[in-house]
Amino acid sequence: MSVNFGSKRIVVGAHYGLRDWLAQRVTAALIALLTAVVLFQIIFTSGEIGYDKWAAIFSGQFMKSLTFATILALIYHVWVGMRDIWMDYIKPTGIRLFLQIFTIVWLLACAGWAIQVLWRL
Amino acid sequence: MSELHPNKPEFRNINAFVDLPTYRLPPAGWVSILHRVSGAFMFLLLPFIIWLFDTSVSSEISFGKFKAAFSVGVWGLPGFFIKLITLGLIWAFLHHLIAGLRHLYMDATHSVTKEFGKSSAITVLILSIGLTVVLGAKLFGLY
Repeated sequence: MSVNFGSKRIVVGAHYGLRDWLAQRVTAALIALLTAVVLFQIIFTSGEIGYDKWAAIFSGQFMKSLTFATILALIYHVWVGMRDIWMDYIKPTGIRLFLQIFTIVWLLACAGWAIQVLWRL
Repeated sequence: MSELHPNKPEFRNINAFVDLPTYRLPPAGWVSILHRVSGAFMFLLLPFIIWLFDTSVSSEISFGKFKAAFSVGVWGLPGFFIKLITLGLIWAFLHHLIAGLRHLYMDATHSVTKEFGKSSAITVLILSIGLTVVLGAKLFGLY
């Protein structure tokens, strides 16, 4: 067991950076996957796409579940990205905290709305 | 250093209005900053995106409202303006997606040479702008 206390304590390397880096890529891959699946269905639908064919893409249980998971992935993805922007450009702690709270509320509200739309389909 | 290069400007506290417009970015730099700009733009327009999703899938009647937004407009805004915003979203999504795939590719294959950085960045810009033009022409009914 390596020593990790006292003067030997490692003060960096908590892997917060790795976690966000990996989460950003995993969530991005999921969003790209849903994009590909929806695009695939649009391209291989014969005839003009009206309301029926468009809504049918999202109404199956598989697509509903995949879209639900993707909405959650999207929210986390946007949170990591927007937090990076605030951390890079906004230095005063008060304003940064306000913007971060605004981002969280904004994203949760949007996620609730999107999931509500999906759920009643 | 200042004696060796007396005319070289030093960037310390840069002025956003004076220094940024004259700072020449390499292609990878453009892809990078546009990745941020497109992401922030989609973040701010998230309610509009969900509104498009809501009206287009909820019912036959709401689908009519969705279509009307692009012709007669909505919320007192003309349809042309809604199309313009949507064109912006199309670009933002395409750029963000393709630049993101570039990131994933570089991570997976360790393609981190200066040359690949430049050539892949140019590819991202050409693809995202090209596809935006193609889809934008469709959106504005040019074909």
